[in-house]
Amino acid sequence: MSKFKKKAANTKQAVPTSAMPDIIFMLLIFFMVVTVLREVELLVRVNKTEARNIERIEQRRLISYIWIGPEILGAGQFGDTRVQIDDALVEDFGNIRQVMYDKITEEPRLIVSLRVDEESEMGIVSDVQEELRHAGTYRINYSTLEDL
Amino acid sequence: MLNKKKRRDADEVPGAGMADIAFLLLVFFLVVTTIDVDTGIGMQLPPPPDDEEPPPIRERNIMNILVNAQGQILINEDPVSLQEVQDRVIEFVDNHGENPELSESPQQAVVSIMTDRNTRYDDYIDMLDEVMGAYKELRDAMAREMGEDSYEAYSERVPQDENVIREEIPQNISLAEPDPGN
Repeated sequence: MSKFKKKAANTKQAVPTSAMPDIIFMLLIFFMVVTVLREVELLVRVNKTEARNIERIEQRRLISYIWIGPEILGAGQFGDTRVQIDDALVEDFGNIRQVMYDKITEEPRLIVSLRVDEESEMGIVSDVQEELRHAGTYRINYSTLEDL
Repeated sequence: MLNKKKRRDADEVPGAGMADIAFLLLVFFLVVTTIDVDTGIGMQLPPPPDDEEPPPIRERNIMNILVNAQGQILINEDPVSLQEVQDRVIEFVDNHGENPELSESPQQAVVSIMTDRNTRYDDYIDMLDEVMGAYKELRDAMAREMGEDSYEAYSERVPQDENVIREEIPQNISLAEPDPGN
């Protein structure tokens, strides 16, 4: 009788926490893999517009971005509408063709995501599109937010 | 006895702080992570024009949509509101030769979109959204006829080159060069 009682008292009451670091590390590694640190600094302002009939691009690796919007001058001031590819503003539109051509030769399934400020005018957008046509990057995507 | 106890203490690596360190890192990455899925309206640009004349398209198979700098929309010279665009496009594409002024078949129907150089981008996207909505509606309707839930479900199930709906109702959207305006 007394033997039985003693055994019951010996079982641990606490939740085993020895595996907790492993679980946390697993989560940690997941987030480390998922995280994409913002690799480019935006030099233009892009307030995305909204649309309802949109699609998702699953293959992030295929995406190349082009930003179009008013140049950020600092102190809340904005300049003229400019085009940014990677981390530089485009000075000469003819360069877009070369840059995008190099990208599509590297990755033939490239999707160009146009992130255009909602207040931009269509003139500059279509100039960029014209260059994209000549570069051979036909698949584009007008980046928008989801309008709920 | 005392000596033995001391040695056992020294053998253990202190692991209690590990969870805290891992938590700290975890919180950092949680804060930094932005799982932003890229969403947008997909389009296919036409190849650059070459010297060859493009094949002629009959007048009835083209729907001209113009968005001007004020955000007003003209469909075949006819002013319409943004809400009407979707229905007009559906009517045009899904005509199957009934109305002699609208398209002969969805495959031949071309929606041509034109803007001014100073049309606002969001006006353009709003209009494009409506056109996309029209195509989505038509494709969904066809998918339901085939016993599917939606076009999206269908296109995920079927390989791309066997996609009948895409073949039957292609998104023929042509982007015309913008009017230089004044």
